[in-house]
Amino acid sequence: MTYFFQNFINALQWGSFYALIAMGYSMVYGILMLFNFAHGDVFMAGAYIGLGIATFLMMLFSTAAGLAIPGWLILIITILASMMLTSLLGILIERIGYRPLRNAPRASAAITGLMIGIILEMGNLILFGAQRFSFPSVINTVTYDLGGVFFTNKKIFIVGVALMLMLSLHLFIKKTKWGMAMRAMSFDFMAVPLMGVSINRVAPMTFALGSALAAAAGILYSLAYPVLDPLMGVNLGWKAFVAAILGGRGSIMGAAMAGFLLGFIEIFTAMVFPSTLRDLIAYSIILVILTFRPHGFFGQTHSAQLRL
Amino acid sequence: MKKILFIISIISLSAIALSINSCKSRNKDIIRIGINAPLTGDIPKVGEGTKFAAQMWLEDIKKSGGIEIGGKKYPVELVIEDNESKAESAVKANTKLITQDEVLIIIGPQASKQAVPAGGVANNYKTPMITAWSTNPDTTKGRPYVFRACFLDPFQGPVVANFIKEEFKFTRAAVLYDVASDYPKGLAEFFKLAWEKNNGPGSVTAYESFTTKDTDFSSQLTKIIKSKAQVLFTPQYYNEVALIVQQSRELGFKGPIVGSDSWGSAETVKLCGKACYGQFFSTHYAAAGAKGETKEFIDRYNKKYGYIPDDVSALTWDALNIAKKAMESTGKLSGDIKDDRTNVRNALAKIKNFKGITGEMTFNDSGDPQKCAVIVKISNKGEFEFYKSVCP
Repeated sequence: MTYFFQNFINALQWGSFYALIAMGYSMVYGILMLFNFAHGDVFMAGAYIGLGIATFLMMLFSTAAGLAIPGWLILIITILASMMLTSLLGILIERIGYRPLRNAPRASAAITGLMIGIILEMGNLILFGAQRFSFPSVINTVTYDLGGVFFTNKKIFIVGVALMLMLSLHLFIKKTKWGMAMRAMSFDFMAVPLMGVSINRVAPMTFALGSALAAAAGILYSLAYPVLDPLMGVNLGWKAFVAAILGGRGSIMGAAMAGFLLGFIEIFTAMVFPSTLRDLIAYSIILVILTFRPHGFFGQTHSAQLRL
Repeated sequence: MKKILFIISIISLSAIALSINSCKSRNKDIIRIGINAPLTGDIPKVGEGTKFAAQMWLEDIKKSGGIEIGGKKYPVELVIEDNESKAESAVKANTKLITQDEVLIIIGPQASKQAVPAGGVANNYKTPMITAWSTNPDTTKGRPYVFRACFLDPFQGPVVANFIKEEFKFTRAAVLYDVASDYPKGLAEFFKLAWEKNNGPGSVTAYESFTTKDTDFSSQLTKIIKSKAQVLFTPQYYNEVALIVQQSRELGFKGPIVGSDSWGSAETVKLCGKACYGQFFSTHYAAAGAKGETKEFIDRYNKKYGYIPDDVSALTWDALNIAKKAMESTGKLSGDIKDDRTNVRNALAKIKNFKGITGEMTFNDSGDPQKCAVIVKISNKGEFEFYKSVCP
């Protein structure tokens, strides 16, 4: 039983990253009807920006300066600041990558994301070199042992922050005017601009929100796996993309839930089967799910067809 | 029409650029040595160590006016190619070094993942290649033109298994390795064989794997802990070592974690931090407490580049010096690159008791040296301390 709960906690943490990144994919899809394939690399950029801020703050508020502030505060400032800066990056990507191609053929617009992703990866490689960076230990790891189930303060923090962000996004979309504009835009992006909602405002905001979530995911990820490299977002980005599809294209909460589901499938497959077969079995399961639910869990059949 | 002109002009421009590159006239009196190293990719520190050692070696050669062969001094030129830590790029790099740059001998690639396929290319083109760091037997097996400067995994696996048995008296071990990489996969198998020979079948209680670029090992480690293993053996590279060691502690694994020569990078401790202190691994040389020429090399490298050289740098240094010795003993260079390559290969095979900074070497029939392994302990200051030496 402890074995099950241990894996449950592992999966909860692992799924949080997929969920946060998948939501960004889904949001952009809802508005622009295309997947931003640079999203995994935005996640990487968020982690590196966070690394810079955290290192700077640690230096500034080191005990020697007499300005010591607690580590968790540094961490929260880091997350917020990185979310802000990364959302600017998201806006920039929309402005230079997507807006000029808005009326271009779908396929051209779809590959801009891939190209921007490669530019981000290689730009980072040239800027910082190929060496790995270790994320500073902003907070000390405390390990709790609950009757054989081990978890750390970091794990609680990661899952907690992830859930909080998901909830805030949900409220934002459901309760605010901006959220309403986004929902309207995803419903009909031909008619809604005629009602005075500008796509040139809604689209950058969607990119900003998605990138902020990716940045938060990047820092939480670096907290759990403190080795940063320029290609860290590639694999995770692709898998989160799978989650976004699984959740139903354009469904944000569906993407979040599918993110967790993906985490659970991966971890529990490795629990039952030899770990060598983990991805093979995990993604076969997803293929089977998609065979029976081709539109994912929350995808709307008619609207997807209408738009395409 | 405009568009066609545009495309034609781009094509012709790139063609001109290419032809300029390939038409460089080759001076027959220069010895070119190819270096095939992972300067970017998963293990850039290994590539950097290779490059730095090679450049330091080149300085010495330049100081003495070149390599003397049959009374004539030949200047040396290094051609350094990046293999991006990928198997296919290493193959490409070797092909380019051999066919375009016309190198006499190739040093590298370092990791077995690249050295195994790249060795095939060198052998097909009959170009001698010395890998400094690749410990997988397949690299040199059945390839008369491929040599190495380090010991092999079939030797290293039992070294680690026996060391754990003697040191801790444990009987239950777990293995965690990357199934998509030649080196960890090979070594994991040799360790398992040796351990089960010592402790009986079933004594490797968990034999878990992941694939390159994975960062979450929680499900594998949870399985390992459940199997009640007393020790974890993980023959991984430094970026994964940091994550594996930290995560296993967070999940409540209390036993020692033992590694192999891939741990021996300055980055291991930097990325892993205190979690790695007190752990053991087997390797080619220990920097702390070195003597003689080894110490000279370490001090010089440290002064020049600001950190203690990894084993890969020391082995590259040895590989280059073996290559130099082989070239010197050929007696003369004919100028025909194909003949010269074969002569150097034959000279390499004849080298006896070469005294390198990582130990004494004589190549056997398959191009592998017989040499000792060292067990290193990561001290409480994060230094690699000599613990004991194990000879074949």
